[in-house]
Amino acid sequence: MKLSGWGRYPIIEAKVTAPRCIADISDLIQRGNAIARGNGRSYGDSSVSVRNTIHMKHFNRMLSFDAESGQLVAEAGVLLADIIEVFLKRGWFPYVTPGTKFVTLGGMIAADVHGKNHHKDGSFGNYISWIDVLTSDGSVQRCSKLDNADLFNWTIGGMGLTGVIVRAAIRLRKISSAWINQRTLVADNIKHAIEIFEQSHDASYSVAWIDCLKKGSALGRSLVMLGEHLDADGVPTKFRRSPMLAPSKPKRIVPFSFPNWMLNVHTVRIFNAVYYWRGKRVSKQQIVDWDSYFYPLDALLGWNKIYGRRGFVQFQCVIPLHNAERGLSDLLEEISNARTGSFLAVLKRFGQQSSNFSFPMEGYTLALDFPVNNKALALLNKLDSITLKHDGRFYLAKDSRMSQEVFHLSEIRAKAYRHYLNNAYGKTKFMSAQSERLDF
Amino acid sequence: MSRDTILILAARSDIAMAVAHRFAKAGYDIQLASRNVENLTDNKSDLELRYDISVSLHEFDAFKIQRHESFLENLPSLPTVVVCAVGYMGNQIESENSIESSSLVMRSNYEGPAIILGLLANKFEQRGSGCLVGISSVAGERGRATNYVYGSAKAGFTAFLSGLRNRLAKKGVHVVTVLPGFVATKMTEGMNLPIKLTAHPARVADAIFKSVINQKNVIYHKPVWILIMLVIRNIPEFLFKKVKL
Repeated sequence: MKLSGWGRYPIIEAKVTAPRCIADISDLIQRGNAIARGNGRSYGDSSVSVRNTIHMKHFNRMLSFDAESGQLVAEAGVLLADIIEVFLKRGWFPYVTPGTKFVTLGGMIAADVHGKNHHKDGSFGNYISWIDVLTSDGSVQRCSKLDNADLFNWTIGGMGLTGVIVRAAIRLRKISSAWINQRTLVADNIKHAIEIFEQSHDASYSVAWIDCLKKGSALGRSLVMLGEHLDADGVPTKFRRSPMLAPSKPKRIVPFSFPNWMLNVHTVRIFNAVYYWRGKRVSKQQIVDWDSYFYPLDALLGWNKIYGRRGFVQFQCVIPLHNAERGLSDLLEEISNARTGSFLAVLKRFGQQSSNFSFPMEGYTLALDFPVNNKALALLNKLDSITLKHDGRFYLAKDSRMSQEVFHLSEIRAKAYRHYLNNAYGKTKFMSAQSERLDF
Repeated sequence: MSRDTILILAARSDIAMAVAHRFAKAGYDIQLASRNVENLTDNKSDLELRYDISVSLHEFDAFKIQRHESFLENLPSLPTVVVCAVGYMGNQIESENSIESSSLVMRSNYEGPAIILGLLANKFEQRGSGCLVGISSVAGERGRATNYVYGSAKAGFTAFLSGLRNRLAKKGVHVVTVLPGFVATKMTEGMNLPIKLTAHPARVADAIFKSVINQKNVIYHKPVWILIMLVIRNIPEFLFKKVKL
């Protein structure tokens, strides 16, 4: 069947099987070229294998929860949305969450996702107690920091090439309300935005939205949004009786693909201006429910169709701290000159990270999406070069078009990963369209 | 106060499991009955964790009708609602050529489910309350060359449910006949089904839940099957026998 990631680009004709038991997965793996797929929320071709895509939708059971330690054991296909639905009302929330809750547990591990709190709490991998991986030899291996540590460390952020993640134990965080206290600060340009981030290390959550069309002294004009979990007594009076229950918002559905001409420099300019002035106008301090705060786009089901039939590509890189200001300025300059619409440009400070193959490193990460067209693809190649020049690297869960050369220049760790994969459990039987394209 | 309980027969099927989730969400305790019921241990944990209810597992084989009574005796409590998802499509060609195959299809779609629901009906009648839900099929509405062995057994089951409903209507016991069209399940995996006519198990479960709450008699899912079957039922036989459906 035709398969793609969230960006709906590229669309690949792939063989997909949805096994129902471990033995079936094991059989599928033996055919080779296998990759597990969760809810298909990586943007490009990470969770697609032309010959052998293993859909994990039937592995969606929660197995146990320890209310003392907050440890949840669940199968890999469980959605983060379900975890939140079940545990938020009992006072628990994931330590780390990406910008959508429609991802699976297995996907979050394989991409070692990060959230707005990376500068403080690191990536998702920090909160995994153990993982059960179905490896090339057809056996399920339990791995953790202490046991089978190599498998554990390569599986976290390993993009599914160590095996099929079937189960994992993760830790949830105790919180006292479903509400976030959000503070919005205006940054006049990129330098100012970085200053604000550097002064906001104590904030639990921080993220900035950048208007990519601004130039010159306003290059990188942005709204920096800081957030804190609210105590139960800070919850709006109306909701104080059950502080874990925030009102559920109506979901809107994007019914069809928008025509490609709809997203252009003018419509994006209008959107950006409205967003910016609204951000400036609302009181600097705001109480926001968890869903609106962490997952604003989830309220718009199928928002990927806004980019039209041709789909969209996302670019996300990280620039190491010492090069951040220069690198980000170069990137933003290139983007604003290209005048090709980017709906969302997100900037985030990463904290320290030690891991084998995960994306984050201490520095700044910039994420943007573009509708797929020649102009945008050409721009992305330029952004690749700028990132390389400043010793940055790229987020594989977002990538759908990078070249092999760029990848290997940015990712010196790929060799060690390949070495591990070739030696452990016999030759690897895993491959995604992405790992084939980038050769890792 | 004890909670409402639902007994789900042939609980390993996709529709049955979706029904379990739907009723658990509404706060029902759950009795899951199936063959090799130990395979449902993870599903039990999942349901209990997600919905904060209790789930019990019970070995049940629809074919072993001599054991049906003792199966019911051993349930921890007489349920409020029963959903019977027992069924087996088989393969039409095999059913035409092998007695074992056709007998298997006939027994799993008619004999087994009818006997167990009949026994439950007596208990519900005695108690004077409860709801029995039988999952039959639109295939039972008219016999077609491509699956009439399955269809005829389902037709028998549909008639059984209708009779049961008639008998129990004044006894405080309600009977729902569910007639799904195509549903994307293990049973239909690999079949090339028209997307617009194919339901998701969770939507079937929603419809079943609503039919229990609102005391509906016969429901089709998707509802468009009402029209499709209206047409199919009314094609004159002299024409019908010549068409390929």
